[in-house]
Amino acid sequence: MSHHIVEVKDLRHSYPDGTEALRGVSFTIHHGESVAVIGANGAGKSTLLLHLNGYLPPTAGEVRIGDTPVVRTTLNEVRRTVGMVFQDPDDQLFMPTVGEDVAFGPLNLGLPPGEVERRVEESLARVGAGHLRDKPPYRLSGGEKKRAAIATVLSMSPDILVMDEPTAGLDPFARRQLMGLLREFRHTKIFTSHDLDMVLELCERTIVLKEGLVAADGPPREIFRNAELLAACHLEPPFSMQGCPVCGNKGCQR
Amino acid sequence: MHMADALISPAVGAVLWTATAGTIACCARKVRQNLDERKVPLMGVLGAFVFAAQMINFTIPGTGSSGHLGGGLLLAVLLGPHAAFLTIASVLVVQALFFADGGLLALGCNIFNLGFFPAFIAYPLVYRAIAPAGSSQGRRTAASLAAAVAGLQLGAFSVVLETVVSGISALPFSSFVLLMQPIHLAIGIVEGLVTAAVVGFMAKAHPEIIGAAPRSVRGDVGFRQVVVSLLAVATIIAGVVSWCASGKPDGLEWAIASVAGKGELKSPTDGVHGGLATLQNKIAFFPEYSFPKPAGQGAKEAAALRDAPAEGEGRLGTSVSGIVGGGLTLAVAFLIGFLLRRRVAS
Amino acid sequence: MAHIETALRDLNRLDLLAGGDSAIHRLDPRAKVLVTLVYIVSVVSFGRYEVSGLIPFAIFPLVMVAVSGLPPGIVVRKLLVVLPFAALVGLFNPLFDREPLLSFGSLAVSGGWVSFVSIILRAALTVGGAVVLVAVTGFAGVCRALQRFGVPRAFVVQLLFLYRYIFVLGDEGIRMSRARELRSFAGRGMGLRAYGSLLGSLLLRTWDRAERIHMAMLSRGFQGEFHARRESSFGRREMAFTAGWCFLFMLLRFVNVPRLIGVLVTGVFR
Ligand SMILES: Nc1ncnc2c1ncn2[C@@H]1O[C@H](COP(=O)(O)OP(=O)(O)OP(=O)(O)O)[C@@H](O)[C@H]1O
Ligand SMILES: [Mg+2]
Repeated sequence: MSHHIVEVKDLRHSYPDGTEALRGVSFTIHHGESVAVIGANGAGKSTLLLHLNGYLPPTAGEVRIGDTPVVRTTLNEVRRTVGMVFQDPDDQLFMPTVGEDVAFGPLNLGLPPGEVERRVEESLARVGAGHLRDKPPYRLSGGEKKRAAIATVLSMSPDILVMDEPTAGLDPFARRQLMGLLREFRHTKIFTSHDLDMVLELCERTIVLKEGLVAADGPPREIFRNAELLAACHLEPPFSMQGCPVCGNKGCQR
Repeated sequence: MHMADALISPAVGAVLWTATAGTIACCARKVRQNLDERKVPLMGVLGAFVFAAQMINFTIPGTGSSGHLGGGLLLAVLLGPHAAFLTIASVLVVQALFFADGGLLALGCNIFNLGFFPAFIAYPLVYRAIAPAGSSQGRRTAASLAAAVAGLQLGAFSVVLETVVSGISALPFSSFVLLMQPIHLAIGIVEGLVTAAVVGFMAKAHPEIIGAAPRSVRGDVGFRQVVVSLLAVATIIAGVVSWCASGKPDGLEWAIASVAGKGELKSPTDGVHGGLATLQNKIAFFPEYSFPKPAGQGAKEAAALRDAPAEGEGRLGTSVSGIVGGGLTLAVAFLIGFLLRRRVAS
Repeated sequence: MAHIETALRDLNRLDLLAGGDSAIHRLDPRAKVLVTLVYIVSVVSFGRYEVSGLIPFAIFPLVMVAVSGLPPGIVVRKLLVVLPFAALVGLFNPLFDREPLLSFGSLAVSGGWVSFVSIILRAALTVGGAVVLVAVTGFAGVCRALQRFGVPRAFVVQLLFLYRYIFVLGDEGIRMSRARELRSFAGRGMGLRAYGSLLGSLLLRTWDRAERIHMAMLSRGFQGEFHARRESSFGRREMAFTAGWCFLFMLLRFVNVPRLIGVLVTGVFR
């Protein structure tokens, strides 16, 4: 389905205060791809993601989701297709209970009550949060919040899942769980992360941003071997590819 | 300045509930019409901000006491009158339900006193008049000060009036006014300075926020409706007062002789809410405003009392049986509760 | 500040209690809100010298606490916070109102003291009723009831949002306040100027958060409308609950039970 293709063409964005966050970014992501966007703090990752569902309008350039250009008139359609999980789950969970929050999106889509119910149940089950349904969001742990936040997006059955730093602030166990969850999601996934080990495990493609430009685009393993590139982008290879601190072995290649 | 249920009469509570409900409905319609859906989360979060802001306080120079933001005027500056009124109202609902700050019946009074005046009088008529969009920080400070003082003075006077009409407390009108107005002058000045400081900071950091929120509010229909409803309420209150007054032989004197109100909100010296620390402050605060007791007051009071209706335990003979019966009833009530509890638990 | 911190903690506790499960918890929130309002109006509708007529009204909070299994301590603590205020205000009554109204043998009690006791009782009853309402209904429940009573949706949504973010921002406020106290020495840095920028940055963070929430709402198809879902029903149990209590309140309002009992008892022993 051409619907799941994400096409970004020479995208530029300047914030009102004049900061040039994106200075001409182009790439195409195909159906079913799992893509990580990495880069130093302030490289423009979040800014880029916010264009994918039309929250920020491009200063110049274009974003297309499938055949649909992301412009004012197509926002509803685009937002149905692209599910966005924000970095801070507190921003995403705003209803009194987790269940109501998960139902928020489907209700906005105008689905009948039975269908809403089914989707709430199913998406909570998928993230393993069925028991949290009647809990208020402020009584969840960080990992539970994150899972609930993902459920709120899954319940809209998006074709493309976009996540800003999904593992930030999670303990190792919760991070593992989340990675399992993401692996199961069969559609297109795009996420930003500073967790390069996760990138290595989950993605077949990585886009490196540097000061608002694409510095590299390719398989993560190749990119992480390019020491020059990494240094220029203020990145380091993931731990699993660094030398073992105990025996000094270089990169335990799997 | 939160009023409690214990000190108001149902009539006063009902009148102000009605006025407040009308204003809320009007504001809700207005906010929806403007369809500024961006404001939906903003209002909610700013309401929570008021709570958060009250956890941070500052030292008032020269007094050693500390003060903090009340928030009404700031919300009006940031959100415009209608959205601000809804936000203040929501804050007061939460305070009434969870902090027992002001009762449920008194909620109408509290929303009216603390929401209406800053949002619909102080902000549009005072603040905007002194500091139209794009004013200098000096003007904004002056405007904040004037508007905060005006809003709180009106609110405090409204508290006095509502308590007069309710007639549960016996603090005389004149003493009550002399107590409330100066305290709220002090609170107003603090509130004005704090608001000015925050607005000044925002104007530097995010000029578009301070510049954008205030729209022309004088001309539009919603605003006029609100002012009309205010006038209607004032008329009703006036009517009730004069009705009460004329019903008693000693007229207005009687109505006025029976006044008092609950403690303070937003006071720099006593904090917003209850608590023993604030109580101490409060006690310390009173002597400065020692109640002048005009000569002849005692006589008037006695006269007023003679005319006061002999409600409840008015007859001396029934007092002993009243107390015995009361004690027994209370015991029975507790017993019922206890037994029910046992049954539920088992 | 200390007060707000404890208040937030209390709020948290009250809200947890509302998650309980009892016959009372399960009632439709509308019934509970309605009954509580009738209760409060009945209590405050007494005249200013009424004492004995108020006492039987204690039955409502007591029964609610008993049946719903709330820990009585939470209600008592709320009362302890609020009653000093009522007492403070009520204390003016004995000062200004010295006409004797009651007498026990040679001891005369002035009208001021009677109305003082009346104010304390009123405060205890109304606050008790309100605390119990929240503890067995929860804030979301109260909001739902308000909405079903016709309160505009915009206001209900506002209430829910406010409540949702009190905890988040409350924590932020506490953290900022603590961070400043740790770095201010001998009261320096606690003045108005630092305060203004401190609050200002809290406000900016709040503002950004609102933008992000809005963003999250938009990306889930929000178009300015909130859709209601949960249907609770006002069934026979709710009818019985509401009618029963309202009837009792009316009865207690117009028949002074303690005086009746008192007259009976003292009559028997005379
Ligand atoms: N609201 C804003 N107004 C002005 N400038 C902004 C705004 N948001 C971000 N910027 C600037 O745009 C640039 C890109 O920011 P962005 O948030 O996209 O970075 P990021 O790659 O997501 O960084 P991080 O890894 O820290 O999340 C930064 O220089 C930042 O300062
Ligand atoms: Mg980012």
